[in-house]
Amino acid sequence: MNRYPAWGYALIAIAVVLAFLYTLPNFFGESPAVQISSAKQTVKVDPALLQKVQDVLKQANIPYTGAVFDPSGIRVRFEDTDTQLKAKDLIHSTLNPGAAPQATPEDDANVNYVVALNLLPASPAWLTAIHALPMYLGLDLRGGVHFLLQVDMQAATTKRLESIAGDIRSQLREKGVRHGGVTREGQTLRVRFRDADMRNRARETMLANLPDLAIAEREDGQDLLLVATMKPEAIKRNQEYALKQNITTLHNRINELGVAEPVIQQQGAERIVVQLPGVQDVTRAKRLIGRTATLEIRMVAEEYMNPETLAAAAKGQVPFGTEYYVERNGQPLLVRRQVVLTGDRLTDAQPGFDNQTNEPAVHLRLDGQGARIFQEVTRENVNKRMAILLIEKGKGEVITAPVIRSEIPGGRVQISGRMTTTEATDVALLLRAGSLAAPMEIVEERTVGPSLGRDNIEKGFNAVMWGFIAIAVFMSAYYMVFGLISSLALAVNLLLLIALLSLLQATLTLPGIAAIALTLGMAIDANVLINERIREELRGGATPQAAIAAGYERAWGTIFDSNVTSLIAGLALLIFGQGPVRGFAVVHCLGILTSMFSAVTVSRAMVNLVYGHRRRVAKLAIGDTAWK
Amino acid sequence: MEFFKIRRTIPFMRYALVFNIISVVTFLLAVFFLATRGLNFSIEFTGGTVMEVSYKQSADVDGIRSMLEQAGYKAEVQNFGSSRDVLIRMHLEKNQSSADLSQKVMAVLQAQDKAAELRRVEFVGPQVGRELAEYGALALLVTAAGIVLYLWLRFEWRFGLSAIIANLHDVVIILGFFAFFQWEFSLPVLAAVLAVLGYSVNESVIVFDRVREYFRKMRKASTAEVIDAAITSTISRTIITHGSTQVMATTMLLFGGPALHYFALALTIGILFGIYSSVLVASPLVMWLGARREQFIVAGKRKTTGPRDEQEGAVV
Repeated sequence: MNRYPAWGYALIAIAVVLAFLYTLPNFFGESPAVQISSAKQTVKVDPALLQKVQDVLKQANIPYTGAVFDPSGIRVRFEDTDTQLKAKDLIHSTLNPGAAPQATPEDDANVNYVVALNLLPASPAWLTAIHALPMYLGLDLRGGVHFLLQVDMQAATTKRLESIAGDIRSQLREKGVRHGGVTREGQTLRVRFRDADMRNRARETMLANLPDLAIAEREDGQDLLLVATMKPEAIKRNQEYALKQNITTLHNRINELGVAEPVIQQQGAERIVVQLPGVQDVTRAKRLIGRTATLEIRMVAEEYMNPETLAAAAKGQVPFGTEYYVERNGQPLLVRRQVVLTGDRLTDAQPGFDNQTNEPAVHLRLDGQGARIFQEVTRENVNKRMAILLIEKGKGEVITAPVIRSEIPGGRVQISGRMTTTEATDVALLLRAGSLAAPMEIVEERTVGPSLGRDNIEKGFNAVMWGFIAIAVFMSAYYMVFGLISSLALAVNLLLLIALLSLLQATLTLPGIAAIALTLGMAIDANVLINERIREELRGGATPQAAIAAGYERAWGTIFDSNVTSLIAGLALLIFGQGPVRGFAVVHCLGILTSMFSAVTVSRAMVNLVYGHRRRVAKLAIGDTAWK
Repeated sequence: MEFFKIRRTIPFMRYALVFNIISVVTFLLAVFFLATRGLNFSIEFTGGTVMEVSYKQSADVDGIRSMLEQAGYKAEVQNFGSSRDVLIRMHLEKNQSSADLSQKVMAVLQAQDKAAELRRVEFVGPQVGRELAEYGALALLVTAAGIVLYLWLRFEWRFGLSAIIANLHDVVIILGFFAFFQWEFSLPVLAAVLAVLGYSVNESVIVFDRVREYFRKMRKASTAEVIDAAITSTISRTIITHGSTQVMATTMLLFGGPALHYFALALTIGILFGIYSSVLVASPLVMWLGARREQFIVAGKRKTTGPRDEQEGAVV
């Protein structure tokens, strides 16, 4: 009666072996590595670069133990930190010719690739191949910065309304509708009119061209009004767009920090979480998050565009009021310092194709005021050249400098010329991502130094270890062989839990380690229940084999109950928990599930192996049961 | 080895009133301290900045306090874990840009001692703090409701109600301790309180299972006698399981360092009071709420259609 079929043991053995395999990577520690990622939107990291890096290292006789390419960048692993440092300097200078040795993308525009030091799990390749990775440690264990940013959604809506107000002005002017001014009051726009006819015409124009608006008619003394508000779905769309754009912007900026594994995620409807493991310089991280990058439209200084002046400019003698740039095709340019338009006037940028030439292009949309300025400038400068500059990292780059063929109304601008499709996509993305769609505020910050992280791991580990030893010693002394089996089952529980955490790559925090300890303390409950029940059955006169069977069967209901109530609390914490509580809840819930398996099935298998296959069992080693 | 060789039924119910008076007095004291002193909420709930600074030698807490005061910061300064580590707490102040507060304070501290090392900064804005408090209360509510619902399905309403009263009063008592000693109430402490709630309700479940079983077995016994027998037969495992969970809480208290200190403390109080209240408070409540054999005999006759029969019961 106390035997499992052979496949039963096999299944349990397989589960334990798998658990062991997936726990294994946690013991290997980490090895030094160099991580290469792109510093600019327009620079891509690809497998060809990986080959190049490997070639460079081979030529310089720097041994490396592994090199991988994945979408986040290239990682090369080294034997020790000396080699790692040597390799970092070499790769940096090879990939970024012209940049100073320790330059960061922030202070040197010649830096195209960020080359950063990193630590990679040192587990053997075959373990990585079966996706056995070490547990993902939270910031409180590895050190780093955590920001929670709140996007000012009110401002996002206001900004959009301001740009719509501009659109209304230019559309009404186009149609020759006379009005008494467009003003924004709070979250509504008011357009004043003298007569009803004009108002009706305006209303028609606005309804046709601005589908995002809900328009109502009002009277204010003698004035007739059109009151426009954004439709709720348009507000929502605009806010989602603002959030997405801010996340994109943050991605671009944080890439420059060269952080190994940054986390940038949406949290809720209007918040963004930024986690930068290993970053200690909070000041720099904050400055970077708040920085802006944008587009500028300026005129080319035609009067200086002769070979002599250009040659002098290349040597540094730039005429007053101009700046020297080199276009993408290598042509030098002198551009006026005076800015015609900035990216603030940009409402959208999308990659696409030129209608006539079918060349890759970027389609820009300007807001009302921007469109008006652009129209004026183009009208006055027909047959002159205009430069579109991308101001990234405080330094400009001329994307294109087309000749203005005719006046351009309507605020729709197209940039084309010598771009590939990828470039067009990147430029569009960068233009959109260059500035923040809405201001953000830091509403939560956690910084943990690396020494504290190490302390926390050590303390958590010690608590779990000593607790486990104390429980194992007590159980073995109190329940003899059955106690030993219970302790082994508890060890299997720990193994399963760590394997699951490693497999799911759930973030392990200090409260998570506390949850491991607590879960182990609660899990032994099931074995106490079983062992007590077996003793009771023995006292009641049952034979040893019958006592084992009855003990396990009858205790199951109680074990299930106890775990359900614990699980209710665990799930409530998981659903409503934030930050540290969530880390606790994940481990707690997983631990409850693994303990049900290990405490009942695994321990039963061991008991069956020890007692179930004997012909006669005179006495169970479960402690004193002779009293009654 | 066997600790509990209990040969006779212990007449727990004879002292039911005593247990409940002790319980009510503790509960009222807890409520009193909660009302008068209030909880010492961590900045996670109130919003503010916490900094942990480590010095090479013993830190001069008073010196740091007066130094910060001179620089115009209202801060609580205390030792944290060891004499070399200092915890600085600053609540949210108006007209103070809190985002870069930690850097300014650090500059003040390093002007006096270059070796001061910033180990940890936590800044929580007011809106986040409010939310965390709301979600915390919600989690407590949902847990309590979930457990009542589960017990309702599993038992009769009298049992569910008694169990949740007994265990929620534990929660209040834990909070009372935190109010009395002004220990810091943080998110991990909240997690510990909820985990203990889920854990010790189970204790009542086990006793109640036995009560139901004995109502059917002991035909002539009174309700009090049935409950006494049920508690007596489960007391050994109750103490051993709580003991082993307490072992873990104790090792966290000893080895877990300051970060886990209050978490482990909340667990300890919760576990100790959990034994007491889930057994000795919940059971009398069931008796006073009027649980009688007839309720189960009827259930017993409908065995075939009832939600559960005798074999299914959780018994220990």
